[in-house]
Amino acid sequence: MNALREHFEILMKDRLGMIGMAILISFVLIAIFAPYIAPYDPMESQYRPDGSFARMDPPSREFIFGTTRMGRDVFSQVIIGSRVALIVGIVSAIASTLIGVNVGLISGYYGGRIDNFLMRLTDIVYGVPFLPFVIILVAILGPSLGNTLLAIILISWRTTARVIRSQVLTLKQRVFIEAARVSGAGNLRIIYRHIMPNIVPMALVYTAMNLSTAILTEASVSFLGYGDPLLVSWGKTLHMAYVAQAIYDAWWWVVPPGLAITLLVLSGFFISRAYEEIANPRLRER
Amino acid sequence: MARRVTPAGLGSLRSWKGDKPARMWSYIINRLFQMLVTLLVLSTLIFFLFRILPGDPLSMFIDAALPVEAQEVVMKQFGLDKPLWQQYITYMSNLFRGEFGVSFHYRQPVIEIIGEKVWSTAILMGAALLIAFAVGVLGGAIMAWIRGSKIEIFGTALALFFRSAPVFWTGMVVLLIFSYRLGWFPAGGMRSVGTEVLSNWDKFVSLDFLHHLVLPALTAALYYIATPLLVMRTAMIEVMNDDFIEMARAKGLSEWKVLTRHAMRNSLLPVVTVLCLMVGFAIGGQVLVETVFRWPGLGREMVAAIQRNDYPVAQATFFLMGILVIFLNLVADLLYGILDPRVTYD
Repeated sequence: MNALREHFEILMKDRLGMIGMAILISFVLIAIFAPYIAPYDPMESQYRPDGSFARMDPPSREFIFGTTRMGRDVFSQVIIGSRVALIVGIVSAIASTLIGVNVGLISGYYGGRIDNFLMRLTDIVYGVPFLPFVIILVAILGPSLGNTLLAIILISWRTTARVIRSQVLTLKQRVFIEAARVSGAGNLRIIYRHIMPNIVPMALVYTAMNLSTAILTEASVSFLGYGDPLLVSWGKTLHMAYVAQAIYDAWWWVVPPGLAITLLVLSGFFISRAYEEIANPRLRER
Repeated sequence: MARRVTPAGLGSLRSWKGDKPARMWSYIINRLFQMLVTLLVLSTLIFFLFRILPGDPLSMFIDAALPVEAQEVVMKQFGLDKPLWQQYITYMSNLFRGEFGVSFHYRQPVIEIIGEKVWSTAILMGAALLIAFAVGVLGGAIMAWIRGSKIEIFGTALALFFRSAPVFWTGMVVLLIFSYRLGWFPAGGMRSVGTEVLSNWDKFVSLDFLHHLVLPALTAALYYIATPLLVMRTAMIEVMNDDFIEMARAKGLSEWKVLTRHAMRNSLLPVVTVLCLMVGFAIGGQVLVETVFRWPGLGREMVAAIQRNDYPVAQATFFLMGILVIFLNLVADLLYGILDPRVTYD
């Protein structure tokens, strides 16, 4: 718990890290209360106060981000869309950290054949072009949130695994690990009790980064038309805008969802960078 | 966004000892072998990936619009009438002979279609990476130098902003401003309608082509720039803590000379390595940039092929991207060893 508070304090000292944390928390609150914030059903066609069809309306008091070609409220789509982005981001970040950290710990600690096998597996995953793979897998298995998550997680653990392994390799040589072993601690205890706490900052660097990458990837896949057909997402709003060629006459349909993606992804990168300063003491201000 | 990277399969960075060239060669051979294994696994993955498609597997590989005799020829060629393991062997031997079959959409051998697109992709990606690395290296060096200042924080935030903005969205906004509103650049494609093209030379060396290249190349470069910038910044900060920088200053060299001659030169290694490793990420960006700017390259072709159910083309484009990534991973590892004399190969 003390270690956690310490992390939080260092995060707060880094200006960009603090901004990132603030943005992320705001988006989480927006996503939780989305149905109360969104003024309209995001998929329903709207009408102007005078009763006419609100098609491609520029921002106004009724529709603060304007409307789409189908008369849907862009603001409501942006608010509701935060849910898909956060679910994808958080689930992929947690899953890829869990897989990556464990692969890295086991590989680095045991060495030998296990290490060789796990690292060759990691090399192979490194040979897969990330976004093209996700696009193809989602297109083949069918567009759904679950399939997008699966495709992202299958690839994104690779960086964490490699980095954590190299950290474990140096930690393993340290005296306190030897001391733990001499005092009779078993392998699992050494790995999870003694080594793991030391790799937490580095793991968090990549957790935050994976959050960002996953959100960008889901948005890209949805933009290309493979978003979950049942859900409202930022990438899908942009897909509709692109297909309707909205860049020519409806900037309000294009700018808000893109800015939302950018801000949320940015928050992940800011947090990641702040943790990197913790994990890599050489970067700290002298 | 990559950071300082330790290459795969590279042992501990122990001090230099023994016969380096011999060790280096055995390391290279070892890595080449690993690369072959990776390629084999990747192509196996593609084989199964395209066979778990829902629906009749025959219809995935044989164009229903072909006459029956022609269908049978294709069926023979891919061995689709045989059991799965025999199909696999046929598939593998076809793949390594560069035989990707015939596109359903174009009715042309896949290899011809792709051969044409590879160049457009290479030029766009090359231009974007060149801009990103030139600006990133210089910018990263300056940022390390003015560390802690307002400008540095702003610069880092700006680079990360463009890294966070989905590149297809940046492209849309760029088109909205520079093509639609200001009318400075064309709205997409690679050349104006009605331009006569007689050879590759005409295609890629003309003002019209350059005019079409500017927006997509700059959009992609904005997306890529954070990586070289931040890697350079980190490397510079680490180098600047070293004693020899203090030495150079003590000798009375100007700050500019210390920066360029001593600090930057010694920080370039991680940047060069990251260039190779970034190509995998750049290919993803490429798919999106090409789609938004209707750039007739490999990435756009892959997306279009998936949408048209043109599986031979989709399969081949993905395979090519995989080869490129695997190859450049190898180059990154080798460069790491060649450029850093401390790296040993045991």
